[in-house]
Amino acid sequence: MSMQVILAQALLGLNVGVFYAMLSLGLAVIFGLLNIINFAHGAMYMLGAFVALIGYSLLDDWFGISLQIGFWASLIVAPLFVGVLGIIIERTMLKRLYELDHIYGLLLTFGITLILQGLFSNYFNISGTPYSGQPESLSGVVNLGFMYFPTYRLFAIVFSIVVCFATWFVIEHTRLGSRLRAGVENSALTQAFGLNVPLMITLTFGFGCALAGLAGVLAAPIYSVSPLMGADLIIVVFAVVVIGGMGSIMGAILTGLALGLVEGITKVVYPPAANTVIFFLMVLVLLFRPAGLFGKER
Amino acid sequence: MVNQRKLLHGIVAGLGLMVAAGPLSAAEGLSDGKVKIGVLSDMSGVYKSLEGPGAVVAAKMAVADFGGKVLGKPIEIVSADHQNKPDIGASTAREWIDAKQVDMITALDNSSVALAVQGLASEKKVITMDAGAGTTALTEDQCAPYGIHYVYDTHALPVGTATAVVKNGGKKWFFITADYAFGHSLQENTAAVVKNLGGSVVGNVNAPLGTTDFSSYLLQAQSSGADVIGLANAGQDTVNAIKQANQFRIVQSGQKLAGMLVFITDIQSMGLDIAQGLQFTTAFVWNQDDEAEKWSRRYYEQQGAMPTMVQAGVYSAVTNYLKAIDAVGTDDADAVRKQLGEMELNDMFVKGGKILANGLMLHDMYLVEAKKPDESTEEWDLLRVISKIPAEQAYIPLSESKCPLLK
Repeated sequence: MSMQVILAQALLGLNVGVFYAMLSLGLAVIFGLLNIINFAHGAMYMLGAFVALIGYSLLDDWFGISLQIGFWASLIVAPLFVGVLGIIIERTMLKRLYELDHIYGLLLTFGITLILQGLFSNYFNISGTPYSGQPESLSGVVNLGFMYFPTYRLFAIVFSIVVCFATWFVIEHTRLGSRLRAGVENSALTQAFGLNVPLMITLTFGFGCALAGLAGVLAAPIYSVSPLMGADLIIVVFAVVVIGGMGSIMGAILTGLALGLVEGITKVVYPPAANTVIFFLMVLVLLFRPAGLFGKER
Repeated sequence: MVNQRKLLHGIVAGLGLMVAAGPLSAAEGLSDGKVKIGVLSDMSGVYKSLEGPGAVVAAKMAVADFGGKVLGKPIEIVSADHQNKPDIGASTAREWIDAKQVDMITALDNSSVALAVQGLASEKKVITMDAGAGTTALTEDQCAPYGIHYVYDTHALPVGTATAVVKNGGKKWFFITADYAFGHSLQENTAAVVKNLGGSVVGNVNAPLGTTDFSSYLLQAQSSGADVIGLANAGQDTVNAIKQANQFRIVQSGQKLAGMLVFITDIQSMGLDIAQGLQFTTAFVWNQDDEAEKWSRRYYEQQGAMPTMVQAGVYSAVTNYLKAIDAVGTDDADAVRKQLGEMELNDMFVKGGKILANGLMLHDMYLVEAKKPDESTEEWDLLRVISKIPAEQAYIPLSESKCPLLK
């Protein structure tokens, strides 16, 4: 196999990896702070893509509003919308479950997923709907020397990596982040210092959902915008979270990127295993390092 | 560690839920003295748009158009979701037949479900009229005395498409194949057509079902030096592959794409910007003639989308089943199956169709092409018929059938 082929496949793997990274990052943040296994995360990703789609081409048809929300605006509008929906879900439903076993939060978020998927599959083609809002400036291909790569995909890779590392920086290296981490470590004590932990929890959940929504907008021009797009991805993302471990934000990011690369290489070496290789690694990690690659045993 | 373990428990429970989520719609209670038709389809998964609830609408239209009664008895439609799982499909069919006196089962997309249900139903002397599945096994080695395969099969699809592509100079083929029975059989049949016409297969890659990112496979196809990339897959897989081929400028750089199983909903999903020029084989185009268009517009009013060949096929199958009952004066499966084999089928879906002894409904197919965006006059005006493929060319002749019933 030539170097050229390996480089090309690695870049494509990275392209998949950034989506894994962004989604597992949101999941890790939510689980870290709220101890909630958010099964609705895939639905939030799907919702982000649909907000971009509806904003771009259906506002007039559906609501009679002659307004078109372009791609760049969607990068802000869709995460905001999804984030606010997340906050509403947390405030009205999830917060009642904190005292109960994990399984209740899981059931609730799983139910929300089914409702959202069912709702959208009533109005949209299950094979996907084209999103035509991709900006002109990103529509070409770039010659990277070893391959021609679509400009938009390159943009998505760079943009996602920037977002991931910015999130890591905020949580690990700012005052806000240190308060959040304190809230995770010991919420009673943190509250005793006068910090509003419930508010922090709400906003964090909203933020985690918004990240998923943002990933959805980025995915819209590449993949089909389909009611099942989140369900396809979320299982893999959970595997990524298990492999990476819950201990560190950086762990979620790096594992996501690395597993994208592994999957990319598998697609050349032995294609039929491409959708199982991650689960195989998950089994290995659980056998030999149950807390995950970056997780700390607590 | 506590967190990690709880998370794991949760994930395992969640995965269990995804697998076990129950049917969305269940059959209703029934009584005797009725003709009952079961529409068993994927109501919530990847094939929902091409068959699913639209097939129920089509079946109900057929009943209403028939007058709601046959031989003075009411006709009832029941429906259920098989979730693309053969065991769920078979147990639903068993319940329908044993406890609810369902007389005929139709729709049945997904080849694995179709084979399971056809076998079971025939054992219990119940007619199946399959509209959605592709595998030729339904009328070949696993044919059944009461099983009818109505709309298309994996032999008929490549005949039109591959022949047209090879004749236009596409000699060297590379396949991107969905890695399960349907994909393999489609690739095999297509490759046979290509080789017969003097073409060759330079390579293939088996992509897992439900792959979202095909770019890696597309680049392998690109570097293979093939003239044509044959897509032996269906639904969202096909849509994603074609969409991403466009992103990587594969068609612009000289390779052709050939979709082996494409539905009009897939073309709508890609948009004509991307789909234009794509050739494929279908049994029905909603605006192929006035009769089809008139029916399709009525369907559109109820469903909000134009029918696929499968949904139109369900209407035709139900209608002809009722006609057969009317002709023989009983809903006894033997008499009805015999009558169906003797009738010539003519309606908005099929002209001069015949149901053979192995269950194959022999009918003409169409080679079609996705229109250019400026040729399309309305949302669903997406396809142009290039040529008609006569039934005898499209399907395996009865003399070559491997169906054990014929011996």
